[in-house]
Amino acid sequence: MTDAVGWARGRVRPGQGTRSFAHWDEDSLTLAVEAGRGIDSDAPAPARLLLASTSLPFADRSNAGIVREALGLPASTRLLESGGSRRAATSALIESLESGVSTLLCASDCVDAQPGSEGETELGHGAAAVLVGEGPGLAEALAWSTRSSDFVDRYRQADRRFDYRLEARWTRDAGIRRPLKALIGEVLESAGIQAGDVSYCLAGLPASVTRVVAKDAGLEDADLLADVEAEVGLCGAAQPLLLLDRALTRAGAGQLILLIGAGQGFDVILLRATGAARRESRPARVRVEPNYTRYLGLRRLMEIDGGLRAERDNRSAQSAAARRHEELHGFLGGRCSACGKLQFPRSELCLHCRAAGTQELEPMADLPGEVNSFTEDWLAWTPRPPLIFGNVHFPDGANVMLEFTDFEAGELAAGDAVRMAFRIKDFDDRRGFRRYFWKPAPAETDHG
Amino acid sequence: MADGIRDKVAIIGMGCSRFGERWDCGPPELMLEAWSEARADAGIEPEQLGAAWLGVFYQEQSTGKSGLPLSQALRLPNVPVTRVENLCATGTEALRGAAYAVAAGACDVALAMGVEKLKDTGYAGLPERAKGSFEDLWQPSATPPGSFAQLATAYARKFGRDMDEVRRAMAHISKKSHDNGLHNEKAHLRRAITEEDVLGAPMVAYPLGVLDCCGVSDGAACAIVTTPEHARALGHTDFITIKAMQLAPSNGWEQGSSEWDGAHTITTQRAAQRAYAEAGISDPLRELDLIEVHDCFSITELVLMEDLGLSGPGRAVDDVLDGRYDRDGILPCQPDGGLKCFGHPVGASGLRMVYEIYTQLLGRAGQRQLDTPALGLTHNLGGVPNRNVASVSIFGLNGG
Repeated sequence: MTDAVGWARGRVRPGQGTRSFAHWDEDSLTLAVEAGRGIDSDAPAPARLLLASTSLPFADRSNAGIVREALGLPASTRLLESGGSRRAATSALIESLESGVSTLLCASDCVDAQPGSEGETELGHGAAAVLVGEGPGLAEALAWSTRSSDFVDRYRQADRRFDYRLEARWTRDAGIRRPLKALIGEVLESAGIQAGDVSYCLAGLPASVTRVVAKDAGLEDADLLADVEAEVGLCGAAQPLLLLDRALTRAGAGQLILLIGAGQGFDVILLRATGAARRESRPARVRVEPNYTRYLGLRRLMEIDGGLRAERDNRSAQSAAARRHEELHGFLGGRCSACGKLQFPRSELCLHCRAAGTQELEPMADLPGEVNSFTEDWLAWTPRPPLIFGNVHFPDGANVMLEFTDFEAGELAAGDAVRMAFRIKDFDDRRGFRRYFWKPAPAETDHG
Repeated sequence: MADGIRDKVAIIGMGCSRFGERWDCGPPELMLEAWSEARADAGIEPEQLGAAWLGVFYQEQSTGKSGLPLSQALRLPNVPVTRVENLCATGTEALRGAAYAVAAGACDVALAMGVEKLKDTGYAGLPERAKGSFEDLWQPSATPPGSFAQLATAYARKFGRDMDEVRRAMAHISKKSHDNGLHNEKAHLRRAITEEDVLGAPMVAYPLGVLDCCGVSDGAACAIVTTPEHARALGHTDFITIKAMQLAPSNGWEQGSSEWDGAHTITTQRAAQRAYAEAGISDPLRELDLIEVHDCFSITELVLMEDLGLSGPGRAVDDVLDGRYDRDGILPCQPDGGLKCFGHPVGASGLRMVYEIYTQLLGRAGQRQLDTPALGLTHNLGGVPNRNVASVSIFGLNGG
C-alpha cells in the first residue's frame, strides 16, 4: 500500500500489520451471514435477529430479512436493524440484554476508504455474531451504561461512500478520554467491581486510543487484544464483537471483560466469562493481496474495464425471486419422499424418480460438496477473472452447476471438497440492485 | 406401430453459403446465397414449394422472429413458413419439419433453411443475453467454452486420464479438422495448424485453448425435400434419402443428479440408439462411411465418439490419437472441417452437416471427396453438456 499510494501522503516507510477487505462478491450482509453461521449453540432458534452495521446494502429492503433466510431462521423471527453509528452493535447488545428476548445479534461492516486516505490504513471489513439469551452461555452481562453525544470527529453522510475525519488527537483528548473514563467508572461501580480486576478492555477504537482510555480508567493491566486490529484493522460496528469473540476463546471462568462501543457517545458493558467450553474460533483463511490495483478493482474503487461482455444487463426476475427467495437465500433443495434423493432446485416432479409433489425443502448450505467438473473461464466476464464454475456433487444424489468463489486460477481440482458460502451473485448497476446466492468456496474458508 | 421415416423422404437439392465473418452481408443475402444453389440443384421454383421451415437461434441479435425473414428474403409466394428453434440442433429441426411434411403427404416439396448472423454483435464469441429468468438468479453466467470444458475435467477424472493426454487427443482433433477445412472453399477457417499450435494457444476456458474452439460464423444452408416417388417424377435420379432422424432433449437429470458422470452426453447416446434402430444399423463404426458431429469444442468431439458408440468407454483418446477418425481413418469425421473450420452459424449448422453428407454421397466433394461413401451421419448438440438437445440423423444414397 505504501509503495502504491504512500507518495500521496508523504509516507515512505511501510505501515505495520494487515487489514481485511471483502472480496468483490461480499458485503456487510454476506459477512453477517458468515458470522451468524459461526454461532455454535444448541439453543432454540432466537426470537429476534438483530443486524448492526453502518454499511448495509439496502436502505429500503430488509437486509436482516435476507440474512434470516440465509441462516435458515423461521419467518416468525422478529427482525431489527441497528445503524447510524459505529456503536450500533454495542447499543444493540444493550437493547437485547434489557429486552429479555432471545436475540441473534450479527454485527458487520464493510466500509471502503478512499485510496490514499488515512482511513485506508485503518479500516477493515469484518463481522461477528453473538447469541443473547437465558442460560449460562459463554459470558454473563453484569452491568452496562450508555451516553450519547453528537461529537462529530468523523462522519459519513448517507449518500457518501467514504468517511470524513478530523484530527485524531483532538478526537482522543477532547472527545473520548474524559467522558469514557466517567462512564467506565460508573459501570464498574454499579457492579461493585474494582478496575484492577478487569482482564480485558475491548473497544471499537484504535488500540493506541484504547490504551490511553484503559490507563485513564485504571485498567492498565487489562488485555486490549491489540493483535486483532493488527490483523484486520478496525471493522466499524463489528469491531467490539470481533474483540469479544476473540476474548471468549481465551477468557477463563470469572474473568471480567469490559466492552466499549464508541461513536457519537459510548456504550460500556461489563461481562463475566463463564469459562464454558468453546471451540477455538476457526482461524480466518487469510489470502494476502499483494496487488494494490487489483484490490482497488475488486472493491470497485477503480473502474476496471470489463469489456463488451460486462455490458450484459443483469436485471433480476423479481417475480420469480418472490416465488422462491427462501430456496435461493437458504440454498434449500428438495428431498423426494418417494426415492429419498436430493435435488436443487426443488421441482414438482422428482428428477430422480419422477414422483409428483413429493419434495420437501431441505437446507443444503452446510452439506459437503465435491467438485465433479470445473473450468477456469477467461472469456466470461467477472470482476475477478477467471470465472470458475462447475458441477458440484452433494450427498444423496444432488448435482448443481455453481460459480465458485475464493479460488485462484490453478487452485481447484476435480474431486476437491468445498463448502458453500453466501455471496453476491450479480450486481445490477443499472437498477441499483444486487442478488445473492451460494457459491462453493475452499473447504477451510471461514470469515469468523 | 409407427415404422419411422426411413427412405420416405428424398433430398433433391441443397445449398450452402460461404461461412465466415460475412461483414459483406446480412441474413437475407446469406439465405439467398444458399437458396440459389439449392434451387439450381433441384430445379425447383418458389411456386413449387408447399411449405418451408426456417431455423434461427439468436433471433433478436440476428435474423428476426417468425417465418417472415425467409419469406421476405426469397420473396416466396406466401408459402407457409414455420420458424423453429432448438438450440444448436435448430438447422436439423428445420429439416425435420420439412421431412415430416412431405412424409405425411401434406405437401410435395418443402424447403428447410437454417441461417445465423452472429457477427453483428461487435465482439467475439456467441452473443450475451440479458439476464432475467429464475435460473439467472442462481446459475453461473457461463460461456459455451466454459460449459463444455467441464467435459474434459470430468472425463479425465472418470477414466483416470492425465489431462495432458486428453489434451493431446483434443489437439489431434483440431488439427485434423483444420487439415480437412483446407480443402473446403466455403469454410470459415482455412489454414493448417499443428498439434503444438493447439496446445500452445491462449487459454479460453481450462483446458480449452482458443484452437480447441470452433469458429463463430455467419452463414446459411438449406435443403429441398420431397418423397422419393415425387423426386423420380420430377426426373431426379441423383438424390439421397433420410434413413433416420432422432432427437433427444435433456429432462433435467444431468443437471441435478450426481449419478451423471459429467463426462458424456446422455442425450446423444439416446438419440444415436434410436437412429441406428430406425436406420437398421447394428455396427455403426463399420457401416457408416462418414460422420459430421457437433465439434463445437475439441473435447465435445472426443466424448461424442463414445456417445455415438464408435469408441468404447474411456477409449476415445486412444482411438483419436490412432487416427481412427482422420480423413484416411476407419470412419472420417468432419471431412468438411466441421464446426471447427467450416464454422458454426448456429441455425445453419445442422443443415451444413447434411450438405456435406449430400455432397460426399453424390460424389461432388472435389478435393475432399471420400472413396464412394454410401451412408453418413450428422449429429447436433444444442445447449451445454448438463442440459442439451441432441439430434442424430442418418442419410443414404438413393435406394442404398
